[in-house]
Amino acid sequence: MAVIDLANPTRFLNLVNRVLPWLAGATLILFAVGLYRAMGAPDDYQQGATVKIMFLHVPAAWLGMMGWGLMSVAALGTLVWRHPLADVAGKAAAPIGAAFTFICLVTGSLWGRPTWGTYWVWDARLTSVLVLFLLYLGVLALYWTAEDPGRGSRAAAVLTLVGAVNLPIIKFSVDWWNTLHQPASILRMGGSAIDPSILTPLLIMAAAFTLLFFALHLAAMRNEILRRRVRAMRLMRAQEVHA
Amino acid sequence: MNLGPHADFIVAAYAVTVFVVAALIAWVVLDHSAQRRVLGDLEERGVTRRSGRSR
Repeated sequence: MAVIDLANPTRFLNLVNRVLPWLAGATLILFAVGLYRAMGAPDDYQQGATVKIMFLHVPAAWLGMMGWGLMSVAALGTLVWRHPLADVAGKAAAPIGAAFTFICLVTGSLWGRPTWGTYWVWDARLTSVLVLFLLYLGVLALYWTAEDPGRGSRAAAVLTLVGAVNLPIIKFSVDWWNTLHQPASILRMGGSAIDPSILTPLLIMAAAFTLLFFALHLAAMRNEILRRRVRAMRLMRAQEVHA
Repeated sequence: MNLGPHADFIVAAYAVTVFVVAALIAWVVLDHSAQRRVLGDLEERGVTRRSGRSR
């Protein structure tokens, strides 16, 4: 099957139905291994056992940003090529990305209280991630409240592309400004600054959360395609009744 | 496993994450069954999509 064939919603649904059980199984296995390794990881010499929050916080932060990146590519597909599957992909990713950004904010706050002595501070990293969460809510509001789904999708796509400016701000905020949040310690020049005994479970948990994201995204895309079929069939029925 | 003096914060972080992930899974599963049910009802009443008629 050529990649272009997947642009057909019916073929895409068939692929999702085949792939989803395997993806769910792989996600479960990775979570089992990741959680086992995370619970067995040593305490940090400064933060103690609170370092275990990192196994949730860091993957959630990555996926909150990846979700917006994915939506930005989908927004280009919606605005430039006007492909319906691109719009479906963007709309399906928004609530999932918002949920992971919410997890990032809450776990970060719960991690900050014992390590920094405060739940929240208006520094550049925390504030830019909060802005990302508010942007997600804005996109969701456009998708869910627009009377004309087409106009709502285009408006959401424009907001998504504008909001993509926030992604490099989040990434480099710890370098550009003085922040309470620590600088990058995993994806940085010179390699990771984290000991392998903590880095390995973190990467396994990140892989598990990433598979979970894609499993949820494919399932949500399938639901959105079905919802659009229901809408099309209801419109057909209404036209037949009034004819 | 000893979570130390800040165990409440660690447990709360995992509890919130489990709750949000469970809510996401419930949302996609319940939404899927709802859409399938409505589609089934429409098809039973003889409503078909334009692309379905051409086949």
